[in-house]
Amino acid sequence: MPDQQVVIYVNGSSISVPAGSMLSAALLMASAPCRISITGQPRTALCGMGICLECRAVVNGVLHTRTCQTVCQEGMRVETQP
Amino acid sequence: MKPMDVLVVGAGPAGLAAATAASRNGCRVAVLDDNPAAGGQIWRADITRPHHEDAARSAAIAAFHTSGAALLPGRRIVDVRSPSTLLAEAGGHFETYRWDRLILGTGARERFLPFPGWTLPGVFGAGGLQALVKGGYSVSGKRIVVAGTGPLLLAVAAHLREYGASTITVAEQASALQILPFAVSLMRSPGKLLQGAGYRKALGDTPYQTGCWPISAQGDEELRSVTLTDGKRTWTIECDLLACGFHLAPNTELAQLLGCTLQEGFVRVDTQQQTSVPNIYCAGEPTGIAGVDAAQVQGEIAGLAAADCNPIPTSLLARRAKEAAFGRRLTHAFRLRPEVLKLASQETIVCRCEDVTFGQLQTRSNWTDAKLHTRCGMGPCQGRICGAATEALFGWQPTSVRAPLFPVPVAAFCDETSSLNAPSAR
Repeated sequence: MPDQQVVIYVNGSSISVPAGSMLSAALLMASAPCRISITGQPRTALCGMGICLECRAVVNGVLHTRTCQTVCQEGMRVETQP
Repeated sequence: MKPMDVLVVGAGPAGLAAATAASRNGCRVAVLDDNPAAGGQIWRADITRPHHEDAARSAAIAAFHTSGAALLPGRRIVDVRSPSTLLAEAGGHFETYRWDRLILGTGARERFLPFPGWTLPGVFGAGGLQALVKGGYSVSGKRIVVAGTGPLLLAVAAHLREYGASTITVAEQASALQILPFAVSLMRSPGKLLQGAGYRKALGDTPYQTGCWPISAQGDEELRSVTLTDGKRTWTIECDLLACGFHLAPNTELAQLLGCTLQEGFVRVDTQQQTSVPNIYCAGEPTGIAGVDAAQVQGEIAGLAAADCNPIPTSLLARRAKEAAFGRRLTHAFRLRPEVLKLASQETIVCRCEDVTFGQLQTRSNWTDAKLHTRCGMGPCQGRICGAATEALFGWQPTSVRAPLFPVPVAAFCDETSSLNAPSAR
């Protein structure tokens, strides 16, 4: 395992993850859905490679960020996209 | 004479091989990829095991770096701006890339078939879950069912087990009879045979059940169980995660936008890997699903051809033919049984972006009709997931591909004029 950890905030709660972790993986570790679908269903990453866009979330205030192509950075804030 | 500018899209096995070959032969080469690191999907870096290297991956990446080609990650191609300029989006901004020769190594994605419960959190693509685990998602102690079709299932299950997951079963929809000739043919490819045997060994006592497929996934807010069938009986397995994919579908959107001709869903190329559009080459899965070895040799040929290194060595051409034959056997062995195309119920969501159900789509006559009346395929993935599903389910052919190829922030369009003149344009 990498020695270094980074702290990010998932829906306001802090979580420590290995440096280099994908944000989509961190959301799964925090049991937080990436987004809520148009009929109100919680969704998490499906394809893991930037194709399906199910992993969209709000990252540092930016909507529709693909969390499976975003590397966790210290202090990053991610919210489930409504 | 000014060196030729070769632009490669995709830093997977095909793109890296192409870039290396072109760069070694005097071209100025840049490789664009939408992911943060090189390797594509099959060679995706594992953040939890940085020193656990795949030998072929290490060799390819080392050769690429030595060749002098430049890697430009985190860039997603969204449009074609002139016959020789591509528009990429990176971090909310546009950049343009000019080329003399263009090589497309855009790879493949998993094909998903809808079944009741497939949208539940806890259900992933097979390669999808593997990518997430490599990205830091811990599956230690999780009970996982791996299902669908294709050789990827075995590789994924073996990988998950290495990470401490309890892989309950691998359900392969293809029958043993269907797979047997393929397995026997691997005798001609000892490397692949050894790899397959290695995965099977790593699986230990996890059963590999052929002629077996998922019919539904259950759970309220997240997955609790999966129901499997072998066509005669059905049974339900309690589990934490389901990794399910039905082989691969090629990423041909950029090739289509560039006007390249497709043949039976794949990019048509000649003996030099050149597409129907002069100076545009394509290598790897978009030309036919055949795996990493095919991608590498096709990439090398495309790189040499783009650098005007003719004739292409016959040894490369022979290897390409051998790998293409492997690809054809692969596709035949893991062809879909009709039952897996009938899993969706009326309420099952087919288009995940717009939450369009199977029932809504059943009354539509084609892809355009479905788009106009239900918004199927009109969400952010732009039909990449539901398009492959409706093609398998209803035989619908997607119509035209339009820019932007991926959703881009409106702000990027606002500063487009300035960035188009920026010196970032190569």
